[in-house]
Amino acid sequence: MCGRVFHPAWVRICHWLVVASYLTLAVSGFLILMVHPRLYLGEVGNDLTPALLTLPISNNHRPNELQRTVVFLEFPGRPFSADRNYPTFNKNGWARSLHFLGGWVFVVVGIVYVATGIATRHIERDLLPLKFISSSARPAYKFRQKLAYTGVVFIVLPVMIAAGLTMSPAMTSAFPVLLDVFGGYQSARTVHFLGFVALLLFFVVHVAMVIATGFREQLRGMTWRK
Amino acid sequence: MVSRRAFVAGVATSVGLTLTGCTQTDPPTYGNVLRMADLLTYKAHRLLLPAHSLAREYDSGDISSVAAIGTTNPADPNKSWFNKEHGPTYDRLLANRFADWRLIVEGSVARPRTFSLAELQRMPARTQITRHTCEEGWSAIAQWTGVPLRNVLQAVGTLQTARFVQFHAYDNYADGIDMLDALHPQTILAYGMNGRDLPISHGAPLRARVETQLGYKSLKFLRRIVVTDHFEELGNIRNGWSWYAGI
Repeated sequence: MCGRVFHPAWVRICHWLVVASYLTLAVSGFLILMVHPRLYLGEVGNDLTPALLTLPISNNHRPNELQRTVVFLEFPGRPFSADRNYPTFNKNGWARSLHFLGGWVFVVVGIVYVATGIATRHIERDLLPLKFISSSARPAYKFRQKLAYTGVVFIVLPVMIAAGLTMSPAMTSAFPVLLDVFGGYQSARTVHFLGFVALLLFFVVHVAMVIATGFREQLRGMTWRK
Repeated sequence: MVSRRAFVAGVATSVGLTLTGCTQTDPPTYGNVLRMADLLTYKAHRLLLPAHSLAREYDSGDISSVAAIGTTNPADPNKSWFNKEHGPTYDRLLANRFADWRLIVEGSVARPRTFSLAELQRMPARTQITRHTCEEGWSAIAQWTGVPLRNVLQAVGTLQTARFVQFHAYDNYADGIDMLDALHPQTILAYGMNGRDLPISHGAPLRARVETQLGYKSLKFLRRIVVTDHFEELGNIRNGWSWYAGI
């Protein structure tokens, strides 16, 4: 992002499709998180077990308002059950479907981007923070910028996708190794949240840098400038 | 593994069917853009994932506390899913400790019939300690004991044309699964939880356990099972919830 930037058409198209699906995923993902704003490690986590982190983003967790309890096992301090005695916020009926719509677009565009990026050597020349390959001077990215792009594309996003798949009962039945990789369903959910935070930080810094280096110029470079 | 051509064809078919909306046999039947993504997910899972791989089973030491949400007693008229006809019936059955309770199994079957709780308990049982994964985001591990749905379907003789299995409950819930998940060895009709009779708040006397999908597909308080050749919108699906929740 320095000097007059030029991006090939396929990069521009991929960029804006990713923007659209990213915003869709971020908003719908946040809505899903609001329904149960507690994070845990391991396989199990619910209103009746301690949380690693409780986020103040909805009023859905009220530990002191349980209606009654049924102790399942005989020994004291052991698992119990309880009813919920208060209405909860829940828009998951459409929020999760929207999340998957965004996810499908994101994955398809991601595959096209990486495949084309490898075929055209865009990734190798412009993205990877390799000092021995001189940039083709088109989008001549700085080292730290390359590091950020590479980190997002090849580390954060693949981990996000894998953590997301680990939340699928059908997926973990087919590939139980996913549960071992993340250390359980709730751990994967927590990792998915941390990935969301990382991507949000990247998004904020990215937009700030675009503004700092000439918003109109940068925007034209990623849209219709020949 | 399926070939790439088969995958592309499958994806094209799902999208095509949704666009034309001619899906009396394919879920879901209503063709908005969100349903297209849900259908694509369903088709991709059916095409790419092995058919009957087992959900992870845990040790008895892993059994955890578990919240009871949704309907916790179908006889309670203050619950939002209370059914005016079946709620009072449930109350009567409960008073007699479900001795008069019968599960109706009908539809595309050779020998439609009812099952008492004792009859189901005399059939081969399966006990499994599995993770309940709620669509809200929480999870819990419990031990479930019941008769595999495939054994019940065998007993009534599912017809060749059958493709879906519907669950109808004593509250207003109703939902269904496809024949693949219905015949999954871990898909059971559970009457026991953690070594005891199923508690009322968790679906007494009988609930479904569909371990390959999210918790809301494991209907509580079962009243009736209908085997169908065609997909029908039931219960929460009509409110926009995804029919397929393998996710």
